[in-house]
Amino acid sequence: MRDIAVVAFAQSPGTSADRRDDMAEILLPVMREALGSAGIDRTEVDFWASGSHDFHEGRTFAYIESLDAVGAWPPISESHVEMDAAWAAYEAWSWLQLGEGEIAVVYGVGRGSLATDLDQVTTTQLDPYFLAPLRPHQDALAALQAQALVAAGMLDEKQMAEVVVRARAAGMGEPGAQVSGEVTVDELLAAPYLASPLREHDRGPIGDAAAVLVLAAGDTARRLAGRPAWVRGADHRMDTHYPGTRDLTRVDTVTLAAAKAADQAGFAAREVQIAELHTEYSYQEPLLTNALELSGATVNPGGGPLVARPTTATGLIRIGAAAQHILSGRADRTLAHATSGPALQQNMICLLEGDR
Amino acid sequence: MKLAVVGIGQSKQAKKRKVTIGAMVREAVDEAMADAELEFGDIDAIVLSKTPDLFDGVMNPELYLADAMGARGLPVTRVFTGGSVGGHAAIYGAHLVQAGLARRVLVVAYSKESEGDFTWALSRGLPFSAQLGAGAGAHFAPVIREYIRRSEAPEHIGWQIAVNHRLNATRNPYAHLQLPDITVEQVRESRMLWDPIRFLESCPSSDGSCAVVITGADDAHHTGRPPAWIHGMSWRTETGHFAGRDEVNPEAGRQCAAEAYRQAGITDPAAEIDTAELYIPYSWFEPIWLENVGLAEVGAGWKVVDSGRTAFGGELPINPSGGVLSGNPTGATGLLRFAEAAMQVRGTAGEHQVPDARRAIGHAMGGAAQFHALWVVGSEPPQS
Repeated sequence: MRDIAVVAFAQSPGTSADRRDDMAEILLPVMREALGSAGIDRTEVDFWASGSHDFHEGRTFAYIESLDAVGAWPPISESHVEMDAAWAAYEAWSWLQLGEGEIAVVYGVGRGSLATDLDQVTTTQLDPYFLAPLRPHQDALAALQAQALVAAGMLDEKQMAEVVVRARAAGMGEPGAQVSGEVTVDELLAAPYLASPLREHDRGPIGDAAAVLVLAAGDTARRLAGRPAWVRGADHRMDTHYPGTRDLTRVDTVTLAAAKAADQAGFAAREVQIAELHTEYSYQEPLLTNALELSGATVNPGGGPLVARPTTATGLIRIGAAAQHILSGRADRTLAHATSGPALQQNMICLLEGDR
Repeated sequence: MKLAVVGIGQSKQAKKRKVTIGAMVREAVDEAMADAELEFGDIDAIVLSKTPDLFDGVMNPELYLADAMGARGLPVTRVFTGGSVGGHAAIYGAHLVQAGLARRVLVVAYSKESEGDFTWALSRGLPFSAQLGAGAGAHFAPVIREYIRRSEAPEHIGWQIAVNHRLNATRNPYAHLQLPDITVEQVRESRMLWDPIRFLESCPSSDGSCAVVITGADDAHHTGRPPAWIHGMSWRTETGHFAGRDEVNPEAGRQCAAEAYRQAGITDPAAEIDTAELYIPYSWFEPIWLENVGLAEVGAGWKVVDSGRTAFGGELPINPSGGVLSGNPTGATGLLRFAEAAMQVRGTAGEHQVPDARRAIGHAMGGAAQFHALWVVGSEPPQS
């Protein structure tokens, strides 16, 4: 495989609802920052990829507005996924493998705050004939998975609260965080249930944000970054849609994607120093940590999605954050995880490494 | 790496109210897998193509369709670039093989428009802009008028194309519209929708699915049926809103075709291509795209049509399947064009087979004609 690295990453400040800027205005300063830190301009970019969701925006072709902000003239080579932009990063990474270009830019911009009732939106990703008509709210399926773990003796509510305590403390001073602060396990456990065993703080807060990642190949990456974050391995896997046919206490797709990524990378998830996990709910952290055997790694040192969850950018931010640890010299090997769908239905694992 | 299409499947295009989206997708997937003589365990990755989620009200359909596509345990990506998406999906699927990330990729595409409201979904208002509720036809009608003005084309050209494509569809059992008695007079007398686009010059809104299997050369020959070899493939995007755009002859479309021909070693596409499946949702887009992708001189596309060269039986048949005018499940339409081109060079197009088709174009466009995808496929492996 060709050597491909993240050479720059930027994200907008975490905000629960940006009512001042439109999509393009949210994206543009982030795009400028990412390209600026790589020291390139638009004309040097060989491929573009993005992720967005029309349903979250409440309109058709939401990505065209952000694309116009990027500026596709003269015409560009470009693609788009209607998924978290982590999948756009995978597409850009595979495109760079072809050897037809040197630099790719990936962006995700989402405004989860636009929906008056997000439960009406998230239901539409379920089977439209059997599940969606039941209108389970967005946290109900997550609670089923959390409850399955509790019932199996693999998790308790105190552990979930401990994850939140650590995430909120880690989020203090992080510009990307929407919530942060010192809280105690007892305070958290005194809160009412949202969907047992989940409480409000057990889910990451939905928000509005944009994130931009610059990928480059080989010597170009070495030229653009002092210490490129090489994407040594990446893989993603899908599970069945029907929660009733899955063993919710397992995340076999995470295990499988991690094994495939490790085959490419030559090192395993358990060998990384920092892991950025797309934990939309607190219960997912111990589940993922166990599946990835991350006993020695620091997990979500900036608080992760439990302190900010901008739609369609959250997974991409994990890759960006995992890369930043290497770009800044804080770590030599890191992992990024992204997820999509109810109860961790679809999962991606990226393994990154810096030169020593 | 040499790449090939080894399996193709599609559902009948129609108002398919009696099947679920999953079942309709499975029809095409099963047919493509059977054609490729593969089991689900042989597939390494899946790319899903679908137009806006608001069309049929399912967000992130790759999640719901995981089981229908046989995707459990596989990497699945849902590509979305408007009407060109089926072409983008096929190209991304081919890239995964080319990049060595997969050995065999299943590309799946669908739309279930009977379960939604296409024009409503295309007309969602933006804040601070006029709420026109215009839909697709209203966007393209002024482009067509401008084409007619520039090229001085006579008005019967659009009517004739509508007849040609619908007669082609009578040879394709999968096509939605079956109008064996259609005449130029009927088209001319049909209701005006968006001047100059008349009802019978417009595509229908269809349900339908399509699937293809793409592999490298090592896996291309294990069935008795010939593969379709990919000789060139490209996608290009241009920005939708700026004064310098020429939507009658989009620069992105020209560059997209030029890049694919460069890869395929084609210098005179009009002479070297045997047939083409072009994304023609309104009749007048036949001359517009003929010129844009280099199959006719600029301004002369309508003359090529008028000469009969692009009709079935002519030297360069366009949309022998009946094309978009005869069936338009938008999420699948682009892949159908790519798949039909592949069927032609495999010699498996049945009643609408163009004799001795050696090289064919599959073409798709999306958005306000700002997203373009095109591939050139051949019956023989590419030289280099």
